[in-house]
Amino acid sequence: MDSNPRVCVMGEDVGHYGGSYKVTKGLATKFGDLRVLDTPIAENSFTGMGIGAAMTGLRPVIEGMNMGFLLLAFNQISNNCGMLHYTSGGQFTIPVVIRGPGGVGRQLGAEHSQRLESYFQSIPGLQMVACSTPYNAKGLMKAAIRSENPVVLFEHVLLYNLKERIPDEEYVLCLEEAEMVRPGEHVTILTYSRMRYHVMQAAKTLVNKGYDPEVIDIRSLKPFDLHAIGNSIKKTHRVLIVEECMRTGGIGASLRSAIIDNFWDYLDAPIMCLSSQDVPTPYAGTLEEWTVVQPAQIVTAVEQLCK
Amino acid sequence: MSAFSALKTIPSHPIAGGHRRRSSPFLSSLTNTAPTGHQLHSSAAISVSLSHSVIAPGRPVRAVSANVVSEEKQLDGSAFPVISREEALDLYEDMVLGRTFEDMCAQMYYRGKMFGFVHLYNGQEAVSTGFIRLLTDGDSVVSTYRDHVHALSKGVPARAVMAELFGKATGCCRGQGGSMHMFSREHNLIGGFAFIGEGIPVATGAAFSSKYRREVLKEACDDVTVAFFGDGTCNNGQFFECLNMAALWKLPIVFVVENNLWAIGMSHIRATSDPEIWKKGPPFGMPGVHVDGMDVLKVREVAKEAVGRARRGEGPTLVECETYRFRGHSLADPDELRNPAEKSRYTSRDPITALKKYVIEHGLVAESELKAIDKKIDDLVEEAVEFADSSPPPPRSQLLENVFADPKGFGIGPDGKYRCEDPGFTQGTAQV
Repeated sequence: MDSNPRVCVMGEDVGHYGGSYKVTKGLATKFGDLRVLDTPIAENSFTGMGIGAAMTGLRPVIEGMNMGFLLLAFNQISNNCGMLHYTSGGQFTIPVVIRGPGGVGRQLGAEHSQRLESYFQSIPGLQMVACSTPYNAKGLMKAAIRSENPVVLFEHVLLYNLKERIPDEEYVLCLEEAEMVRPGEHVTILTYSRMRYHVMQAAKTLVNKGYDPEVIDIRSLKPFDLHAIGNSIKKTHRVLIVEECMRTGGIGASLRSAIIDNFWDYLDAPIMCLSSQDVPTPYAGTLEEWTVVQPAQIVTAVEQLCK
Repeated sequence: MSAFSALKTIPSHPIAGGHRRRSSPFLSSLTNTAPTGHQLHSSAAISVSLSHSVIAPGRPVRAVSANVVSEEKQLDGSAFPVISREEALDLYEDMVLGRTFEDMCAQMYYRGKMFGFVHLYNGQEAVSTGFIRLLTDGDSVVSTYRDHVHALSKGVPARAVMAELFGKATGCCRGQGGSMHMFSREHNLIGGFAFIGEGIPVATGAAFSSKYRREVLKEACDDVTVAFFGDGTCNNGQFFECLNMAALWKLPIVFVVENNLWAIGMSHIRATSDPEIWKKGPPFGMPGVHVDGMDVLKVREVAKEAVGRARRGEGPTLVECETYRFRGHSLADPDELRNPAEKSRYTSRDPITALKKYVIEHGLVAESELKAIDKKIDDLVEEAVEFADSSPPPPRSQLLENVFADPKGFGIGPDGKYRCEDPGFTQGTAQV
C-alpha cells in the first residue's frame, strides 16, 4: 500500500477493527478510511464494487471476513471477477485480490469451517493460491497484489498464530510455483495450507520408521505447478495427496486427474488422496477431529503406499 | 439547491411542450402517468442527506413531474424550447439510431445472422438518449442485457456493436461477449450483464474509483457513473445493498430504473409489494425521482440535475423512468401476456414521434432535416451490417487469449516453462 496508492482494502471490519484476525491492523490509521474501507455486510455487492473499482483503475484487496461468507459473493466472483476480462474481449482487467481466513478451525461449526477452494476451482479466469507460513504469506500476498489477474488467496484460521523470522525487505514469490518443504526419495506428498503441518508431523514419525517422504506444498491451487510436481513423481513414483477440502470435487480430485494425464507412466502405485470427510463440520470436538485428516492417517497411508 | 426539493421550480419556461392543447403528447403524458409519482406521499421520509432548509420536516419529497404538473398553470403561452437546435438534432439522431439499429437486429436475427438471447430496446430510447447524451467521455455507463442502445448512445460505433452481435472478431468484445455483454474501454461502457442486478455493484465500484481518485489520489476527477437497470432488478438484493453503500459514501452515481412494467412475463405490479420504485431512494438517504420515460426532454432535465448532483459530490440519486418496450422481452418472447390496449397506449407516446413533433412545432428543425437524419442513420446501419457480414469470425487461436490478463495464470507445464510460452498453446486446451 505504501508503494502504490491505488492499492486499497475493502471488507467488513477491516478498518477500525483491524480485521477479524487482525490482518489489517493499523492500516486504517495510516492510510485513512477510504483506502481501508469498512463495508456494510453485503458480500455480493462489495465484492462487485471491488471488481468495478478494479476495472476502473484501482487495485482492491477484498476481504471475506471468513472465506465462507464469500459464498454470498459467488455471483460476482464467478460471473464478473473470473469472466469479465474475457467477455469484454480483453478490454478490462480485474487486478483484485480476494482473501480471507477459511478452513476448519476449533469447533467453529459447519458454516465457519468451509473450504471454498473446491467450489471456486472451476471458475475460468481466476487464480487461486493458499499460503501456509508467514514467509510465503507475505510473498504470495505481494505477488497477488501485483498480478494483473484476479487472485483468490486462501488463508487459514488456525495459522495466524505462527511466528517466523522473515526478511524485512520486499520479496515477491511466484504465484504459480509450488514449494519444496522436505526433499525425499520414497514418496511424494502433495499438500497445502494447514495440512502441511499435519504432514510434517507425520513425516517425523515416518522418518523414525525409516521412510523418506518428499513433501511439497503445492501453494498454487489453480493452476498446478506441474513442473515441481512432475519432477517429484519422476523421482519417487508414488503420490499421496493430503488436503483439507472435501473429497468430492476437491482440489485433490483435480490434482489426481492432472497427474494421471501427465505422469501416468511414472507411477508405480495408484495415487492416494486423503481429504476431509464429506460432512458439514460438526461442532463436537471429537467429531470435528475425525472430519479432517490427522497425522496418524497420513502415516498409515504412506506405509500402505510404500508396501 | 437540488431539483428535488419541494420548492425547486423547473425554470419558468415550459418543459416539453408548453402547449396546453390536450392533444400534445407531452401534456397528455403528464396527466396520464398515473398512478405513480404524482401523488405526494406524506409518509416519504426526509433523508438526512437532503440538506434543504426549505423543506420543513414532514414535507414530502416531491417527484419532479409532480412539480411540473403543479407548475403547469404558470406556464405562459409563448413557449420557448428547452433545448437548442444542436441539442435537438443530437437527441433526434441518437434516438433514431437506437430505433433503426434495433429494428435491424430483429431482421438480422430472423435471417440467422444473430443468435442466442437478443433483447431489444424499442420504445425506451428516451431514457438512453436523455441520460447518456449529457455525459462526458470520462463518465461511465453500466447497463444490463438490454444494452445495444446504451452502447450506441455512449459512442460505441454501430459497426462494432453489429459485428459483436454477429459474433465476429471485429466486434467491440472480439465476438466473445455477444448481445448481453457490450463493453468498451474507450467509451467507458462497463457492460453488458446477463444476470440482473450484477452490474449495479460494478457501477458502484466505478463510482467509488472516481471518488477515490479525487480524495486519495488528489486528481481533479468528477467522473460520474450511470447505472441502468429494470423494474425486476429493484426487487433484488444487490439493488438495495448498493443504494445503501452509494448513499453512505456519497458516491458519484445515478441509479436509473427503466421501469417498463414487465420482467419477461411478470408484471411489476404482481412482483412488487410497493410498485413505486422512486420511493425507495429516500429511505436510503438519496432523492427518489419519477419521470416520464417516454419524453426525452423530461428525462434530460431530470438527468441534468441528477448527474449534476453526482458531479458536485452531493451523492447518488434514484431516478425511476416510466417507459415501455414495444417488443417482447427478447426476440424469443412471444409477448402474449401484455394487453394490446396497454401497448397501444404507449406506442402512441413513441418518444421519437414526440420529439419530432416538438422540434418542428418550435421551429428548431425542419422536417426535411429530420428526414435527412433518418436517411443518414439508415445508411449507417446498413453499413454496419455490411461491415459485420464481411468481417471474419474469430480464429481458433483466439479461444484462450483473454482468459487471463497475464497468461502466466495458465501455469507451469511439466517441462518447467510457462504453458503460455509454448507456441502451440493457443491451439490447445485451457485446463490446468
